[in-house]
Amino acid sequence: MTTATEPETTRRDFLYIATGAVAAVGGAFAAWPFLDQMNPTSAVLALASIEIDISSIQLGQQVVFKWRGHPLFVRRRTPKEIAEAKAVAMSDLIDPLARNANLPDDAQATDTNRGTKPEWLVLVGVCTHLGCTPTVSTPQAPQGDYGGWLCHCHGSQYDTAGRIRKGPAPQNLAVPPYSFLSPTKIKVG
Amino acid sequence: MAGQSTYVPATGITRWLDKRLPILRLAHDTMTTFPTPRNLNVWYTFGGILTFCLGVQIVTGIVLAMHYVPNADLAFTSVDTIMRDVNYGWLIRYIHATGASMFFLAVYLHMFRGLYYGSYKAPREVIWILGVLIYLLMMGTAFFGYVLPWGQMSFWGATVITSLFSALDQIVPHLGTAITTWLWGGFAVGDATLNRFFSLHYLLPFVIAGVVGLHIWALHVPGNNNPLGIDVKGPQDTVPFHPYYTAKDAFYLSLFVILFAGFVFFAPEFFGNPDNSIQANPLVTPTDIVPEWYLLPFYAMLRSVPQKLFGVLVLVGALLLLLFIPWLDTSKVRSCRFRPLMKQFFWLFAADCVLLGYVGSQGADAALALGGFSLPLVWLARLGTIYYYVFFLLIMPVVGWIEKPNALPQSIAQAVLGAKGERT
Amino acid sequence: MKIAFLALALTASLGSAMAEDTSLPFPIKDVHWSFEGPLGTYDQAALQRGFQIYKEVCSACHSLNYVQFHDLAAPGGPGFSEAQAKAIAAGYKIIAGPNDKGETTDANGNPLTRPGILADHFPPPFPNEEAARASNGGALPPDLSLIEKARAGGAAYVYSIVTGFGQKPPPGFKVQQGKYYNPYFAGRNISMPPPLANGAVTYADGTKATIDQEAHDVATFLAWASEPKLEERHRTGVEVMAFLVLLAGLLFLTYRKVWKDQH
Repeated sequence: MTTATEPETTRRDFLYIATGAVAAVGGAFAAWPFLDQMNPTSAVLALASIEIDISSIQLGQQVVFKWRGHPLFVRRRTPKEIAEAKAVAMSDLIDPLARNANLPDDAQATDTNRGTKPEWLVLVGVCTHLGCTPTVSTPQAPQGDYGGWLCHCHGSQYDTAGRIRKGPAPQNLAVPPYSFLSPTKIKVG
Repeated sequence: MAGQSTYVPATGITRWLDKRLPILRLAHDTMTTFPTPRNLNVWYTFGGILTFCLGVQIVTGIVLAMHYVPNADLAFTSVDTIMRDVNYGWLIRYIHATGASMFFLAVYLHMFRGLYYGSYKAPREVIWILGVLIYLLMMGTAFFGYVLPWGQMSFWGATVITSLFSALDQIVPHLGTAITTWLWGGFAVGDATLNRFFSLHYLLPFVIAGVVGLHIWALHVPGNNNPLGIDVKGPQDTVPFHPYYTAKDAFYLSLFVILFAGFVFFAPEFFGNPDNSIQANPLVTPTDIVPEWYLLPFYAMLRSVPQKLFGVLVLVGALLLLLFIPWLDTSKVRSCRFRPLMKQFFWLFAADCVLLGYVGSQGADAALALGGFSLPLVWLARLGTIYYYVFFLLIMPVVGWIEKPNALPQSIAQAVLGAKGERT
Repeated sequence: MKIAFLALALTASLGSAMAEDTSLPFPIKDVHWSFEGPLGTYDQAALQRGFQIYKEVCSACHSLNYVQFHDLAAPGGPGFSEAQAKAIAAGYKIIAGPNDKGETTDANGNPLTRPGILADHFPPPFPNEEAARASNGGALPPDLSLIEKARAGGAAYVYSIVTGFGQKPPPGFKVQQGKYYNPYFAGRNISMPPPLANGAVTYADGTKATIDQEAHDVATFLAWASEPKLEERHRTGVEVMAFLVLLAGLLFLTYRKVWKDQH
């Protein structure tokens, strides 16, 4: 009796397994749209990349733009600020990495690696501690000891290349992917 | 039938869980071993199909609510954003809109099955009443949901239906107007109305789910009815729900989903109305205000009565009437298979519902040209409404008394297996 | 059963019997489209030509508020490259926010503008409904983003309207002051002047611009504007139906196997 029913069992089981497998695969494909709908919409993605006109920014001035929902700092550095940044020894830095999306992940945080052109600093204005917007330091109104930025939330201080020097923030301010389309226009993202 | 549980937990974990929350036991008893009549046909698969529909509407609805904005200035645009920008937004929206129509298609087939086989008769009266409650909740949910896209039909449909309450002014002066103002949250349908309709549209499906739980619980006391309408006499008349009816329900569900997908992918606007692709305008009324197809028979009944209050009472009466069916039908025999006279009236009633639906879809002044004579459709609606009431209030009680039913088979097993001889 | 069939037959025959009357519009023209049917797709060349018609003719009065410039480069659409869509966008003036001085208008009182970017929507020809009505004799040219979903007949309706001008009204029919006779429009009095003419545009791809061609192309473009996901929907639909038929087949065999010993 058992030999006669065994092939029968295998055939029936194969059908059940096949049906179950096809239903499961179908279920997975059906589930995908419900998960993907939470991803950014095409309208949001259309604003993922912006072009900004930097022609009106004065020497020593910072202008804040909006990029991907975050503040974007575009700072036109004075020769003094550039020199201060270049004079810093790598061993004095809390975060040795460049955090520059235009360079490999292991690039060092030299002043050169923090931007495409020395005069222009383009940074994501989000403190790497808990996400507040740091305040820019100017000669008229200095913020912090390093001439860069001070984050008022928990006291993180950044230098004139946007690198973390003091305080709880673990990383340098991020440099977003950007490029110069012309001397007065940069594309970010 | 509700009986002794035969569930024996197999592993240590399942034994531990069974002592604390016997949920696996519940699943076992209600969905696995539950003795179900062996002769259930395709019309008995719609309960499972309806559960699937409710699940689909809830899941697609929750996802749509992640993108929809219930504000009069932004609602229409937010729906358009879902259709154009949200990943697969078009698909989820079409599933939800088509799903509402599929849900009603299934519920009407389910209800007509109940009428034909006498599933509402003792001891299943409460199952029937809970079912009518689910149907009413579905109509409410669908009504609120249709307003949300804030198209022309959304707005004006909301205006017409909420204005029905103003008919109460004829009973108690100012009462109707007070109620409509309260419903609207203003002097007309507007932003306040939209916001509260969104809240209620999100709430009611979960109320429906609760009542569905009660509906199934009430079903599991006497067990399912069957096409012969005769009681289960013993285990030879039943099969365990799993695998017999899980397999059957799954197959018929897949056919239903093929129909559903056909509409979603190849005719998604079939059940829709072009006027709802125009943003709501309180100053411009569309030429023909029409509800969705599943509400058309009742719309026809409402319009068939020229007097406002009486029209509302006819509409409400037609719905409340359904609750009393278990007591209106006097027949001792359940299934129309053995009721040759009632069967004819049943099919006439089905045709009547289709007729009323058709009239509801046409303009208020529509007429039929017969030779040189023009018959306004509203007269067909009146005829149809009268038959609707006559069917329940007159035909059901009277035919139950005067009818001579055909001979019932001895048992389900005998009817199903008798011709093929004894089987173990 | 017989009575029931009779009743159903009567119901079915009711549809055709309606009264005739010169204020009722003509039935829309029977036209064929590349995107009709369950497997239809958009003719990209027609979409691009139709876009040219919209841009050069229709956009003077009709907005296209829900379409964004990046949609022109999206799959299933006119098939412009991202660079081309960007250039199209840059050719439009979008109302810009206040400048650094807080002004929203320039010295002449005109609103400040900036060139369009991919993320922008097509800007409307008029700042508000009142301005649109004032420029069009009190009539409001409808937004065209969803026009083909909002009219019974869709593309065929739009085609019929734009090619339906120039006919002689029936004797006794009154054409209202400031309006035009168009028998495809409800009431047959339409506020829109005939928008198309032979050679109204010079097509970029060199196709001869007859009224019929222009109408066909703009109706195709507006079909896409109303339903940009049509091609994706049809493609996914075929895949889903094939899968469902397979699954239904397997479930049927399973059902039969399970019930084999009960029959």
